[in-house]
Amino acid sequence: MAKAELMDFDKALELFEPVLGFEVHVELNTKTKMFCGCANEFGSGANTNTCPTCLGLPGGLPQVNKKAIESSIRLGLALGCEIAEHSRFARKNYFYPDTAKNFQTSQYDDPICHDGSITIELESGRLVTVEIERAHMEDDAGKLTHMGGATGRIQGADYSLVDYNRGGVPLVEIVTQMIEGAEHDAPEIGKTYVAAIREIAKALGVSNARMEEGNVRCDANVSLRPRGSNVLGTRTETKNVNSLRSVERAVRYEIQRQAAVLASGGTITQETRHWHEDTGITSAGRPKSDADDYRYFPEPDLLPMAPSREWVEELRLTLPEPPAARRKRLQAAWGFVNLEFQDVVNSDLLDAVEATVAAGASAQAARKWWTGEIARLANAAGVAADSLVTPAQLAALIELVEAGTLTDRLARQVLEGVIAGEGTPAEVVDSRGLAVVSDDGALIAAIDAALLGQPDVLAKIRDGKVQAAGAVIGAVMKAMRGQADAARVRELVLERAATIE
Amino acid sequence: MTYLTKLSAAALSELLVSKQVSAVEATHAHLDHITAVDTDLHAFLHVAGDAALATAAEIDARRAAGEVLNPLAGVPIAIKDVLATQDMPTTAGSKILEGWVPPYDATVVSRLRAAGLIPLGKTNMDEFAMGSSTEHSAYGVTRNPWDRDRIPGGSGGGSAAAVASFQAPLALGSDTGGSIRQPAAVTGSVGVKPTYGGVSRYGAIALASSLDQVGPVSRSVYDAALLHDVIGGHDPLDSTSLTDSWPSMAAAAQAGLKDGALKGVRVGVIKELSGDGFQAGVTQRFTETLALLVAAGAEITELSAPNFEYAVAAYYLILPAEASSNLARFDSVRFGIRVNPDSGSLTSEHVMSATREAGFGPEVKRRIILGTYALSAGYYDAYYGSAQKVRTLIQRDFAAAFSQVDVLVSPSAPTTAFKFGEKLADPMAMYLNDVTTIPANLAGVPGMSIPMGLAPEDGLPVGLQIMAPAKADARLYTVGAAIEQLLEARWGHTMLSQAPALTPTEMFASEEGAV
Repeated sequence: MAKAELMDFDKALELFEPVLGFEVHVELNTKTKMFCGCANEFGSGANTNTCPTCLGLPGGLPQVNKKAIESSIRLGLALGCEIAEHSRFARKNYFYPDTAKNFQTSQYDDPICHDGSITIELESGRLVTVEIERAHMEDDAGKLTHMGGATGRIQGADYSLVDYNRGGVPLVEIVTQMIEGAEHDAPEIGKTYVAAIREIAKALGVSNARMEEGNVRCDANVSLRPRGSNVLGTRTETKNVNSLRSVERAVRYEIQRQAAVLASGGTITQETRHWHEDTGITSAGRPKSDADDYRYFPEPDLLPMAPSREWVEELRLTLPEPPAARRKRLQAAWGFVNLEFQDVVNSDLLDAVEATVAAGASAQAARKWWTGEIARLANAAGVAADSLVTPAQLAALIELVEAGTLTDRLARQVLEGVIAGEGTPAEVVDSRGLAVVSDDGALIAAIDAALLGQPDVLAKIRDGKVQAAGAVIGAVMKAMRGQADAARVRELVLERAATIE
Repeated sequence: MTYLTKLSAAALSELLVSKQVSAVEATHAHLDHITAVDTDLHAFLHVAGDAALATAAEIDARRAAGEVLNPLAGVPIAIKDVLATQDMPTTAGSKILEGWVPPYDATVVSRLRAAGLIPLGKTNMDEFAMGSSTEHSAYGVTRNPWDRDRIPGGSGGGSAAAVASFQAPLALGSDTGGSIRQPAAVTGSVGVKPTYGGVSRYGAIALASSLDQVGPVSRSVYDAALLHDVIGGHDPLDSTSLTDSWPSMAAAAQAGLKDGALKGVRVGVIKELSGDGFQAGVTQRFTETLALLVAAGAEITELSAPNFEYAVAAYYLILPAEASSNLARFDSVRFGIRVNPDSGSLTSEHVMSATREAGFGPEVKRRIILGTYALSAGYYDAYYGSAQKVRTLIQRDFAAAFSQVDVLVSPSAPTTAFKFGEKLADPMAMYLNDVTTIPANLAGVPGMSIPMGLAPEDGLPVGLQIMAPAKADARLYTVGAAIEQLLEARWGHTMLSQAPALTPTEMFASEEGAV
């Protein structure tokens, strides 16, 4: 694929003003699909979670999943949306083999949620309010796998396989209003907005919100208008950008690509574009005009919905604290500097640290362990940090360290034992015999032996050359097989050097 | 055993319950009769003789073991091919589904089986229920038992002909614009389109989702009521299924047999459903029936339903629009036939296109194109949108009418059975044949057709349509049974006892039991 000409980002911003828009699909984590009783489950055998309805067999009919409606309303409320008093499904008609019915059951002029907004905070501290036009419900398509080609793409493939397990899984599509005034922050706004949606969906518990599994998918609309113009440029829609970093890169790329096209006198084609994660570029998809004719009409197989105001208010009461507010509160309570706090947030360890603090640990210690040793072990094992130990186990470990029972080095060994399933930290300390030797008698015996074994060192210490104590401390720690508190050893060495005969 | 096929479902049920006749005997009798007459009539697309006999034997065993079964257990039934059956091919009369056996049963079929009825087979129909003559079946026409050169009505011509020719005492039909009632009218049988939402549509291959309704076909109102009681009621698999609890339709029908059942019943006659375009003999029998009703103490009121005039036009926008979307799933990917294009690459798009070209008949293509057009951007408001408004106006006409009367009556169809080919080249003429039945579908109200005599000019059956407010299906059965009793008392016989005797075709006459 020929790499398109790109304009320098700053130069592009000098000449053009970017206008953005995002469509984020959030896959709900309901037990069953949107319109039938099949399991909503990732990773089952191909076409095993299917029935006449989600396979689009003749005679199949949809039944609405009430939990999906509830999740959609909660998501809408968390996005500050109005919840429609009357809402209905509509058929979006188009032929594609991954869409069993050859229409998608979606919503058209009566979406369940509309007119909301969220405010996001950029790293610079700039606050940007993104207006939400609507959040509507729809069913997902099946998954196509193209076989026989070199690229795995449909071009050049011999045949395609289709797995309808994902067909009919509930989605909420969140559509923003046009975002103007983004300027140089445009790429970061894209990333931060999608991160905020993901975080909200996760906090609500309505989605697993794992971008790598496609639970949250973003279509990024970008257009440029020349400085001084008030006419909107032609937009492109980059589909299925599936990581936060990619959203940022794709927006930046499109700005640079479109600017180069426009500056050289070319025109932008209104089209969908594919994002290529590996090469970091977008490529042309299918032309998309505003006149795309999906022949929407109200879904006659489903009744219109009228969510009662009482129900909506009940659901509003179930909303968790907004993630942004929660972050502010926790950072203040824990006294973390920005860098420390970001470290926790970026590692997705906010919940883990909060629970560890709740279990009695100090915030700093909790942060240090989660983002340090535990994150390192998790990374090496390729698993999530919070799957290795529980906050309660970690709090117990930290308590042992703070009581002086364990040194940091011993604590790391205990942690390994806990992860290996050897029991609670206390149990691992016992079974592995890892406690710090806090019996001064045993230490003094070892120190005396070391001092008397190195008379020259003893002499130096007595002469006031305190740094000479290091050699003795080392020998003592070695004799104690590391199970001694080095600070205490040092104290005792100086004490004994002064008094020993 | 021939006499067993002449019995009503109710009469057969009595013999079965009292063990004077076994289900196997009853099933055999019907299968033999099918063998004898259906090569000529072609009411059935598929006959499941062995399965029917096996089911019948099971029912006999259960009854012999003292199990209390539904009164209809052991009664044979024919099933319109629009309903999914997991043990029989289900084609909806279309080439595109040739040989397709669904992996599931329609809810109504499950309910039949649970009640112990014996499915004999699947009946012929216009392709995807699009038509009024069964001439649009991809598998050949069904003949009217009253005159083999004439249509049995449609789309459910197979079910009506099967019942009218005594091949089954009961059948299931589906009615989107008259597909149960019009075939009943032209074959001298009884057909009921229940209130929309009264009977589950799950497993009924959709024509127009907002209009389709499954219902009973029989030779008497009481039989239809017995079957309605088996198939009706809420189904969680159909979101448009009503959650109401329904009274017994059988009890309602019996109430109609009591003396004076029609006394004081307010009967409305819709002005717009008579006059021009109605065959003289149809109008004559209708007028006579009204006189009979007056004599029985009913109060007749003439009413106007001004928007009925637009019903056919609105219907032929809403139906094709919904059908164009419902039929999109026939794409050769998951089920049905697959046809490769003569030239060009074998992309899914090309294969789908070739399959739909070869698999759909001309009427289906016509309606898909109409519907696609009606839903197109820029035309939606003018066509689909306007049609939905007309639908609301028709509902208001019904509401206004039912504020004055208990039931509405009209001829079920403007004419008696027409000849094969008569309207095939003129879709508009075919569509107008449903002018009487379409309003009930647009409004979702229940409608019934019962025989009201033979037209003097051609000696063919004429149907009376009775309509009631939504959810008042029981009222239809009461009034219908009462009128049926009046008419039969006057004639001195049932309508179908007058049908010409069908001569067994030579080929099968000696092969008793073979199907």
